Amino acid sequence: MKALFIDRSVARLGAARIAAGWSASAATRLGPLTYGEIDEPELHGDGWHRVHTRLSGICGSDLSMIEGHASTYFDEWVSFPFVPGHEVVGQLDDGTRVVLEPVLGHEARGLPAPFDGAAPGDGDDYAHLATGALEPGIQTGFCCSTGGGWAPWFVAHDSQLHRIPDDMPDERAVLVEPVAGGVHAALLAAPTVAHHADDSRPPVVAVIGAGTMGLTTIAGLRRYLPDVRIVVGARHPHQKSLARQFGADVVVEPDGLARAVRRAVGCHVIGDYLSSGADVTIDAVGTSATLTEALHMTRPRGRVIMLGMPASVTVDLTGLWHRETELKGAYTYGTESLPDGSQRRTFELAIDTANDLRVEQMFSAAYPLADHLDAIAHAAEAGRRGATKICFEVREGI
Amino acid sequence: MPRPGFVLDVDKSTPPTLFWHGEGYRLEKLPADRSRIVYAPEPHDAIDDIDGAIRHALLNPIDADPLPAQLFPGMKLTIAFDDVSLPLPKMRRPDLRQRIIEQVLTMAADAGVDDVELIAALALHRRMHDFELRHALGDRIYDAFEPRGLLTQHDAEDPDNLAFLGTTPEGEEIEINKRAAESDLLVYVNINLVAMDGGWKSTATGLASYRSLRHHHNPQTMEASHSFMDQHRSELHKSNWRMGKVMREHGPKIFQIETTLNTDTFPDPFEFLSKREWEWKAKDRGLFLASSKSLDRVPDRMARKILHGIEAPHQLTSIQAGEVEAVHKVTTENVYEQQLVEVQGQTDILTMGIPYICPYNVHSIMNPILVMCTGLGYFFNLYRGMPLVREGGVVIMTHPTPNQFHPVHHPSYIDFFEEVLADTTDPHEMSKKWERQYAEDDWYRHLYKTSYAYHGVHPFYMWYWGSHGMQHAGRVIIVGGDPTTVRKLGFVPASTLNDALEIASDTVGRHPTITHVKTPPLLIADVK
Repeated sequence: MKALFIDRSVARLGAARIAAGWSASAATRLGPLTYGEIDEPELHGDGWHRVHTRLSGICGSDLSMIEGHASTYFDEWVSFPFVPGHEVVGQLDDGTRVVLEPVLGHEARGLPAPFDGAAPGDGDDYAHLATGALEPGIQTGFCCSTGGGWAPWFVAHDSQLHRIPDDMPDERAVLVEPVAGGVHAALLAAPTVAHHADDSRPPVVAVIGAGTMGLTTIAGLRRYLPDVRIVVGARHPHQKSLARQFGADVVVEPDGLARAVRRAVGCHVIGDYLSSGADVTIDAVGTSATLTEALHMTRPRGRVIMLGMPASVTVDLTGLWHRETELKGAYTYGTESLPDGSQRRTFELAIDTANDLRVEQMFSAAYPLADHLDAIAHAAEAGRRGATKICFEVREGI
Repeated sequence: MPRPGFVLDVDKSTPPTLFWHGEGYRLEKLPADRSRIVYAPEPHDAIDDIDGAIRHALLNPIDADPLPAQLFPGMKLTIAFDDVSLPLPKMRRPDLRQRIIEQVLTMAADAGVDDVELIAALALHRRMHDFELRHALGDRIYDAFEPRGLLTQHDAEDPDNLAFLGTTPEGEEIEINKRAAESDLLVYVNINLVAMDGGWKSTATGLASYRSLRHHHNPQTMEASHSFMDQHRSELHKSNWRMGKVMREHGPKIFQIETTLNTDTFPDPFEFLSKREWEWKAKDRGLFLASSKSLDRVPDRMARKILHGIEAPHQLTSIQAGEVEAVHKVTTENVYEQQLVEVQGQTDILTMGIPYICPYNVHSIMNPILVMCTGLGYFFNLYRGMPLVREGGVVIMTHPTPNQFHPVHHPSYIDFFEEVLADTTDPHEMSKKWERQYAEDDWYRHLYKTSYAYHGVHPFYMWYWGSHGMQHAGRVIIVGGDPTTVRKLGFVPASTLNDALEIASDTVGRHPTITHVKTPPLLIADVK
């Protein structure tokens, strides 16, 4: 079948990295992404299904890979050639519609789960991601054994599939995965927020960036940590509007975020740092500049959550050392501990959140696979072009 | 003999009218046969012997003993003076404050008074820079007092240096500078640029704390002041006068000195800005073109520097001293005499060019909040009787309204613009929801006390200042303003005056009457 796939090619990755400097289209043309014939993935035994893609989103991590910016960290955790696409709503051979929880966990790889009822993302040993019955791959969309959403179909294990009701539109369902990422990041703020000691004001969580991940994080914060004051730096008008709609209390221009946090907290400014700051800052961008900004505006003993995939960054960590700031990554989903002590799967929470907020408002455009150059360019410039989520559409009849 | 103010009916032969447009200007052709332009009276003759007039006022005060008779050895004498917000533009040196204070100090020295302190009456304004203090007071006074800590700037956030004097029957608390309150004599030196300056406002506002100011700097008072320039119809005035009554009973003895200036506002090569356009000569047209092009071409920063460097030739037309209310009565008459222009009836559309300067951006940036305040707070209120524009009419301002703020002078303005205006433009709502937070923000306090920042609450006051205008006008349009910024203010952006008139037609119909108030120079429309 014909699909979009990425092959290991140092030369093409290098070319993409250079070309990305002037044009996302050029990077896509010169880079490692190809639209062509692939070997159809095999079903790997019981519990495996063919999933026919209906919509598959283009994520920031996909763009990093296509533009050659992904870290060499992934060299041992992915297997080539792979079909990208981990934000997926699809249907099984029997017509059942599903969303994909993309992590290729223990069950999918035929290994014992770390505990009963574990989600694919659970567990403190990632050996299974590079071993077991499948080739290495942190998740569907980075593993040559399964295929991915940027193809007419791929294979997935029962443990990865969530049946969705008929009244849930595809445009909403395809956003469940990024919503899960946002909910997970939001819940990582909970322990620090719980230790907020100042009774005179609510805890403050700052969010850097209001693309898909920033917006889903805001939604998660408002839903699961309702008492926090959410302060957001957003660049584009539609992002500001959605940020407010999803529950942000204060939405400002990116360069005004530290000021807004200071206002919310009522602290001083000492050099580049706030004297206190946000209890938690969630960096949904992931650059040297945003991580630096996050460290500057987070209170001593506060937490910085890195949601945007950072690759290599250059940051002065003296402030982190002095202020005893926690730096926490936020990649995956699994089993969440809610503030009330209960435990829920992130994807269940995400489906609830997506339905409640009708997150299809973030869905902006869908392209056929053959138009991938336009699609990638649109996704790479989504904010500037008034868009949030760009997808590939593989529904029959399209 | 200076000519009085003038209302020009625009016809087809009327040349284009100069509109201020921030750090620049534009020529606009107003529709013929339904537009009029209000021009300020020409400058009255200044007093020739200024030092003699000052001396005469101090020795022959109104309803008070001569100043020397009130001075005695061992007394505590405090001299408070208006801050950098007056006059506009700054006056050529020597500043009147210097001339007056030098004579007060001489009389104090002659009387053997050795406990003398000078206080800049900032209220919640930013502290004055050293060069501004030197400009206002002269080097001699500055060098004699400042190094010894005897020249201070009022700190409305220093509880140890505030004194509570009492409460009016309406519940208004009066808390003023402690040194001033505990002095045997407080001499207050005013420059009364407009009719609302001076009187009890000098001390009850200039030397007060937030606790005191909030009783009259609020939306209710501002909306009920019709206008600030008409003391009989100004709630702001009445509140200050009620406070004055308490101060008279429980506060220090006050020797009020008030001065009025003529409208000689712009020096060479900017004289054309004060002239009526049909009287422009070739030189005026040349200067207009040269300065207009130059200001357009240089960076904003440079244009600002050029314009804020203007030192106005305006000069003293009267000085009176003595008892606060008696003095202020005479002062107000003198201000009216210079600035009043009789205007028949209201208009559908009021147009105004917003210049580069207002009382709160001297040597600074006219940020969007101040654009609003200058237009709807100051220029709209330049009336007596009734507003120039009818209720529900349209106000059109011209100003680039960039999203620019001076980070040192206006830090809380930036947050007000981003945070408060994003939430509401309603003065009452923001007063309830946001004012206290800004007023009590410790960082703003710190910057007000130690840097050169306006108090945290100041942008609220600026917004309230325009609340009567906002309430009265059916629509406000800014021509040439940054659209996003203008919309955030709650106003409508327009590219040209014609576009603005087209937009206004939704509110006032296709053939509205238009009045352009050409200021500065300052004027007060006496609307009949």
